[in-house]
Parts: sequence; C-alpha cells; structure tokens
Amino acid sequence: MTSLWHYAFVQQAVLAGVITAILAGCVGLIVTARNMSFAVHGMAEVGFTGATGAVAIGLPPAVGLLAATFAAALAIGGLGVRLRERDVAIGSVLAFGLGLGILFLTLSPRYATEAYSILFGSILAVSRQDVIRSAVTGVVALLALAAIYRPLRFASVDPDVAEARGVPIKLLSAVFLLILALAVTEAVQVVGVLLVLTLLIVPAGAAQRLTAHPGRALAYSVLIALASTLGGLVCAIYTSWPVSFFVSGFSFAAYLLARLCGPALMRGSAPSGTNSQTAL
Amino acid sequence: MTPDSPAIRLDHASLSLGGRILWDDVSFGVPRGEFVAVLGPNGSGKTSLLRVLLGLQAVSRGDVRVRGRAPRRGNPAIGYVPQQRAFDPDLSVRARDLVTFGLDGHRWGFSLSTRETRRRVSEMLVRVGAERFAESPIGRLSGGEQQRVRIAQSLVGDPEILLCDEPLLSLDLNSQQAIVELIADWSRDRGATVMFVTHDINPLLGAVDRVLLLAGGRWAVGKADQVLTAETLSHLYGSPVDVLRVHGRVVVLGAEFCGHEPVHAHQLARPVTRR
Repeated sequence: MTSLWHYAFVQQAVLAGVITAILAGCVGLIVTARNMSFAVHGMAEVGFTGATGAVAIGLPPAVGLLAATFAAALAIGGLGVRLRERDVAIGSVLAFGLGLGILFLTLSPRYATEAYSILFGSILAVSRQDVIRSAVTGVVALLALAAIYRPLRFASVDPDVAEARGVPIKLLSAVFLLILALAVTEAVQVVGVLLVLTLLIVPAGAAQRLTAHPGRALAYSVLIALASTLGGLVCAIYTSWPVSFFVSGFSFAAYLLARLCGPALMRGSAPSGTNSQTAL
Repeated sequence: MTPDSPAIRLDHASLSLGGRILWDDVSFGVPRGEFVAVLGPNGSGKTSLLRVLLGLQAVSRGDVRVRGRAPRRGNPAIGYVPQQRAFDPDLSVRARDLVTFGLDGHRWGFSLSTRETRRRVSEMLVRVGAERFAESPIGRLSGGEQQRVRIAQSLVGDPEILLCDEPLLSLDLNSQQAIVELIADWSRDRGATVMFVTHDINPLLGAVDRVLLLAGGRWAVGKADQVLTAETLSHLYGSPVDVLRVHGRVVVLGAEFCGHEPVHAHQLARPVTRR
C-alpha cells in the first residue's frame, strides 16, 4: 500500500473512496430505518439515464448523474408520501428512466466505455477534479445530515409521535431525499449504478445486526463501508479484477458475519424472557 | 392559560372528513386532572379527536381550546401515546432511545443527550417498570413491554395533558390493568388530564371520571354509570341496545360496539356485539 500511495490515481481513488464510504455509512442507517432500499436503487438507475443523457449531448456524465438523482428525489418525494404509494411511484419513475437511458446509450458516440463505468463504477479512473467535486458534495451532504440527524431519526423510527411533537415530517423527508441523491451520486462513482446498495444498505444492515445502540450502529456502519471500499481498492489494484466486485464481496462478508455473530452479541442486551407470559 | 380555564374545551365543534360527518356540535370541557375515556365504534372519530387536540387536524366548525388556547403542533404540555405499530426487530433503537425521543427528539442537530436528559429518561424507565429491558431493541419487546415504553415516552416531558390512542389494543388482561394503573397513578400524582381512547371500557372502569361516547355523528358525555345505559346507547346508536352489569363489568348488547375482535366466551366481560 505504501508504494502504491505514490501514484496519483491511487491517492485520488482512496480520497474519493473514503469520502463516499463515510457518507454512505451514515446515510445507510436512515435508509434502512425508513425502508428505502428500493428508492435508493430507483434513484441510481435514473441516475444512469442522466449520465448517459449527458454523454449523448457531450456533457460530463457526473453532471447528468447528479441532475437525474435530484430529479428522481423530487419525483419520489412528490409522487408518494405513504410507503405503499412510494413503492409504486418509484417503480414507475425508474422503469421509464431506464427506458430513456437505453435510448441515450445508443445515441451516445462513446457507447461501451461510458456505459461500463456508469454501471459498474470507475473509482480507479477518477481525476483530481472529480475528487474535489466529490469532497465538496460529501461535506455538504454530511453537514446537512448532521443538522437534521436527530429529528430525522425520530421521524423515521416513530413518525406518529414525531409529528405530534411538531417535527416537520414532510420537510425532513424532502431534505433527506436530496441528501440521499448526493450519496447515491457519490456511491455510483465508486461501485456503479448497479451496485449502490452494496454501500448504501449492506454496511448499515450489518451494523444493525451487531448492536442496538444507535451511536455504535453508526460507527460500525461507517467502519464497514470504509473497510469494504479501501479493501476493495487495494485488492483491485493488485489483481486487476473489478473494484466493485471486491467492495460488494467485502460488505457482503461483513453482513454474513454480522448475521452469524449478531445474535450472540445482542443476547447480552435482550431481556431474559421477552416472549414469556411474565414479560408484563 | 388562565388559572381556571379547563385543560380541554370543545365549543360546538364539528368534524367532517371526506364528506362524512364524524361528530357534530360537540360541546364539553375537561377540567384539569380529569381522566376521560373516549368510547365509540370504529370510524366514529376518536383518533381524529386526538389529532384535533394535537393541532394536526382542524375542526370543520366550532372552537377547540387546549389550556385556553387554540391547539398547536408540538405543544410540550401534551404527551401522546399513538396507536400501536410494529417496529422492525433489527432497528437500532433501544427502549431507552424511544423514551429519549420524547424529550429531545424534535431538536435539530445530532449531539449526544445531556446528563439531565439521561437521568430523566432512566427515572421514567424505572417508574414504568421498564428498566429490565431498557437496553433492548424496541422491536424485540412484547406488546405489553412496548406499551410501557410508550407510556414512559409520553410522560417523560412531564405533560399536563396525556392523550392515549387505544393503548390497550392486543394486550392481555394483566398488561391492560398494569397500563391503566400506570396512567391513573400518574394522573393522580401530577394532576394531569387524561383522554384515553378505547373501545373497551371495562379495564378503565376503576380509573375514569367521565366517559365521552362518540357514535354515528352523535355524542354523549357523563359518568360511566350515567352514559353506559340502555337509554343513552339506544339513542346514540339509533337502535335498541341493552346494557348488563356483571361483577362490576359492563356488557353492551345489540350495538356494533366492540368493533373488530371476535368474541370468545372468556371475553364476555367486554362490550359484546350481538345482532
């Protein structure tokens, strides 16, 4: 790793990966608490449409990606407020978005390479400019998330009481969708459209299995996302296999381990007779 | 709030939702410290009444006052126990965290809770008998345990008014009694006003001061003995209703009163649906 560090492309990839992993680890816990896996997937695929659209008209794919995930966030927020509505709304938006994406792809002069990097990530090809953009996006998203974190968790976990306590539920949903759009854009750069869930859901899912403590869950989620990303980068550089494969492999391994070890760790905190008649 | 204004006051208040009148021209006041049960069939506007008091729903006509003022969202003088909902067992939220939300969940930012907040939360968990499972994930607690945590969450801010929406639903009889006692004790100790929505009055008979009946757009309010009579209920439901008293429990015959739960022999103590 020390010798690799001398290469600019490695430095840039590591920086972009670290920023992405921290953001994804934090956002992921809210995504799982709000049951928004499908929204994340939908946003990423609409992001694909935006990226291919941008390429077709000669703009950088990152611009189209960000514009499309924002548009998807607004569409999802506007079309469906309730959970069941939301699923159908996301399905509808994403199906049409992908159709457009395929059209843009065939119109694009640089068909194959661009499509490949959007679909599966291009972290080892990021430029210095990409890293700066990624850092700004990441910091903005993290600051916004920090500002709304407590009421957002309240609203996600316990919406009825949160609403009664005066928490602005709809505003928080909208702001979170925009933060999520930024996180998806970052994650697409590392693992690609098809694998965003590997950073935005899996580390949080693993962390939840390890602890019920909210602060620790956040720390574990970020650590697992970081370890998967950096581990994936190093392995990919040495083997020349795809980064996305290793990142998804490491995060999945963490998830499996958490599922195996989680029950033993959680038992310490569970009441002795949760399901017994004497429970209350 | 003026010293003598009632905790809750409805003045010719009506509520229509989706073109349907839920209740019409309701006028009554709840003095401070009173324990009122709100009783009625499904869809009679019991939950909507709580939403009105919480400032989440406006009345169609008339006036509503909470501590002498118009209802407003996020009123810290109100504690709220919502209808039960299932929590994901994997959610990283402990019983303690849910109670903490009741104190500081609405505040912006992400900082850790203050020492004072943690102390009050711990005290409240002990008070409701939830300290044994305080560190457990909320989604892995039994219904009765979750309701204890809910009660702690609603009381931790020391509210003057407590609004409970069917907190006894799907609890066994012992748990029902425990929850009612917790709330009644609190109401007595702190002089807190309670509005308790239920479709079964029996677990509450020892605790309630008055009963508000909502049915088919009509309403009645009074002592349980006065309101739960064949005469009042027949009038409210617009069809003949009989009320029996068996071992201090009330059995209502003839009205669609109990709602959704099938009636078993051992549940005869509940208001029973008979056609």
